[in-house]
Amino acid sequence: MTTATTGTTAVTGAVGTAHTRVEGLAKVTGAARYAGEIPFAELAHGWLVLSTVARGRIRSVEDAPVRAMPGVLTVLHHGNAPRVDGDYVGMLGKPDPTVAVFQHDRVPYLGWPVALVVAETSEQAREAAEALVVRYDQEPHDVAFFAGRPGTYTPQTPGTETEKGDLEAELTASAVVVDAEYTTPEEHHSSMEPHAAMARWDSGRLEVVDSNQGSTWVAGELAKLFSLDPESVRVRSEHVGGAFGSKGVRPHQVLAVMAATVLHRPVRVVLTRRQMFSLVGYRSPTAQRVRLGADPDGRLRALDHQAQSLTSTVHEFVEPSASVARAMYDADAHHTVNQVVALDVPTPTWMRAPGEAPGSFALESALDELAEKCGLDPIALRTRNEPDAGPVSGLPFSSRNLLACFEEGARRFGWADRDPAPGLRREGRWLLGTGTAAASFPTMVMPSTAAVTAEADGTFTVRISAADVGTGARTALTLIAADALEVAPDRIRVRIADSDFGPAMIAGGSMGTRSWGWAVTAAVGELREQLALGGDIPPQGITARADTTEALGALPEKERHSFGAQFAEVAVDTTTGEIRVRRLLGIFAAGRIINPLTARSQFIGGMTWGLSMALHEEAVRDQASGGHVNADFAGYHFAAHADVPLIEADWVDDPDDDPVGIKGIGEIGIVGTAAAIANAVWHATGVRHRNLPIRPDRVLLAGGEPAGGRHA
Amino acid sequence: MAPSTSSAITLNINGEKHALPVDHRTTLLDALREHLDLTGTKKGCDHGQCGACTVLLDGRRAVSCLQLAVAAEGREITTIEGVADGEQLHPVQQAFLDLDGYQCGYCTPGQICSAIAVIEEHAAGWPSAVTDDVRPEAGPPPLTAEEIRERMSGNLCRCGAYVSIVQAVAQAAEAEQKTKEAAA
Repeated sequence: MTTATTGTTAVTGAVGTAHTRVEGLAKVTGAARYAGEIPFAELAHGWLVLSTVARGRIRSVEDAPVRAMPGVLTVLHHGNAPRVDGDYVGMLGKPDPTVAVFQHDRVPYLGWPVALVVAETSEQAREAAEALVVRYDQEPHDVAFFAGRPGTYTPQTPGTETEKGDLEAELTASAVVVDAEYTTPEEHHSSMEPHAAMARWDSGRLEVVDSNQGSTWVAGELAKLFSLDPESVRVRSEHVGGAFGSKGVRPHQVLAVMAATVLHRPVRVVLTRRQMFSLVGYRSPTAQRVRLGADPDGRLRALDHQAQSLTSTVHEFVEPSASVARAMYDADAHHTVNQVVALDVPTPTWMRAPGEAPGSFALESALDELAEKCGLDPIALRTRNEPDAGPVSGLPFSSRNLLACFEEGARRFGWADRDPAPGLRREGRWLLGTGTAAASFPTMVMPSTAAVTAEADGTFTVRISAADVGTGARTALTLIAADALEVAPDRIRVRIADSDFGPAMIAGGSMGTRSWGWAVTAAVGELREQLALGGDIPPQGITARADTTEALGALPEKERHSFGAQFAEVAVDTTTGEIRVRRLLGIFAAGRIINPLTARSQFIGGMTWGLSMALHEEAVRDQASGGHVNADFAGYHFAAHADVPLIEADWVDDPDDDPVGIKGIGEIGIVGTAAAIANAVWHATGVRHRNLPIRPDRVLLAGGEPAGGRHA
Repeated sequence: MAPSTSSAITLNINGEKHALPVDHRTTLLDALREHLDLTGTKKGCDHGQCGACTVLLDGRRAVSCLQLAVAAEGREITTIEGVADGEQLHPVQQAFLDLDGYQCGYCTPGQICSAIAVIEEHAAGWPSAVTDDVRPEAGPPPLTAEEIRERMSGNLCRCGAYVSIVQAVAQAAEAEQKTKEAAA
């Protein structure tokens, strides 16, 4: 037995020093098992069949011949599937009806699930699924998205629109006006690990092995869908091969549960890469208009950001691109609105920095255009418009170290030597340019529970239903617990991603580490109080639990955000249209950095996404069929090794009056990066590119000779 | 008589022989993952477009999703489970671990297998698309970041870990070069 103390020598300083990942050895040796890789006896394999029309009704699913094929165990479809209840409100609201699979014969988009073939092997299931004939009564569809298209509306939900001052009057009174339209294309999360789930019934409990961003979240949704006691559902998700917003409840988990229930054996359903393009969400294309009015010295009198995105006909999801200005810049007249139009397409969803990523491209490009028109340095323009309080809310900032980011970034990037005139620098076939942009992302937090056990052997076990989707959360929580307990990190074992550990925030919205770290710290506090009473630790250990719901309720209302400054250098060949990003530098003010090693990776990862968004990514929809023309990695290109230069990310001190001081870092890296690159392309060529991605054909059509006011 | 749709084959994987019956449609990737419990080799796209399933076939890198298992008989197959020397990590594995050359870890086994082959291909004098002097007598070009990026471009990483992957490959290549020089 061990005496009940945390240790003889207090150890702190784990937080803030670089630690390799707790699960690193498992990841580099191939030992880390992901959802589709855990063996189960009698495992059957499900293969999805998706609709080939974009709108209509299923007339027939001709499953009889397929049922006779070798190895086929069942064919589930709307005519025979178990009933589920899709009319509920879950942890994050009402579900996308796509999860209530096979409940009716309507088809709202191409790639809608119409059948699941389950067989003894995946080869048998796949061949049978490909042989299944489904007949439709097809109806005309509409998938055309463009600025101001008919049917666009302003959702009646709070926060959709903000307004102050007389916009038109201030625009009229402005000496300098920028009025520009920007577009961003449909983009896909494209996690490297395809969505996979195994479901089985075990001693009266439903067990699901999944790849998700929140096991309690998924367990809760499945319990509601299947009308089960929440206690009887267990979801685990030990390793997750990337998520980025796409790994919530999706049809494959629901179908695995349905099939396991019907067949009384474990069933695994893995999505194919192509299926992911219609089943796991995506970022909506956007059409945005930004109007800025300023005095000659660059002070903003008017700011108007109108954003349009699309959603499906079955569920409303709004990409809030216009919301970023509400935290970033003030103006006497200030208007932001996020509008949407419902089309015959799958429902979009959260994708890394939803709203901020496309919104910052438009807003930060417009700021650059304003700086050009005012004859001001882009950083000086931002400095001039730095607000004292939330531009819309009027609330104080918990901390706002944006200018420190610009200052440090400018110093390291060599910004002071920059000649602001565009189209002047040539190196062989390349025109060179540099650009900058600001970044921000809200710092939010959600209630979580955690348990910490002092074990009899002197170690500590943390249990929390967190998810490590590649962020390094498992390692970060280990360091947070180690410092709170004042012991070395190797005495801490963090267990995550098991819904039996109780409710916790998902890995999303850059809220994970902040929400979970808070709960773990609180649980350690409880444990230390118990241990302070003295006595021996029994064989089962001493466990303390915490729930942060009450503490979060007491958090004063403030503008809480991470901030950053992005810098880019590009080379443009106007003969081939090729753009090479030569350098990216991001400096961030993002609260307390837990693990510098993994934090840097996350910032750089986000910036890599920004580069990819600026130059490469674009899912293209065929208007005739309603489906994608490029639903694979040959057609949907995201940045590969050869596209990515040396990217540097660092941070400035960002003290905050916050109880935990942790801000999110998962999303801010992508914010502003595409604008910094587009601004650098203007600086190189003299041409404004307002439509992403900046493809070679767009560069070629725009030409390359410096000419004020040209754009593409 | 119905034509046979499966065969009994023997695969030589990581120095061990594995006898197994396989469906003729089974890819080498699925044989590893579904039949031999070697799940370190990952399925990212099943189309040969992402590189997550990269293994070494007779020492050369190959995407195992585009290889039928029956066609891999007689080949020497090395997977991520076979690149370490017992407990001693391969220098590329160690560099990925030390420099955080990954995030979610799903593309990692493919990146590591690819990197091992890249270092050997480079040492053997193979040029790449960014090599300036491709004459055979020119010898291996300096293994710059640009060379590594070009040679590793068949392995996608969605987390965006490329910067540290390139650093890890360079560090491992340097370590291997030093080991070779010491041995010479």
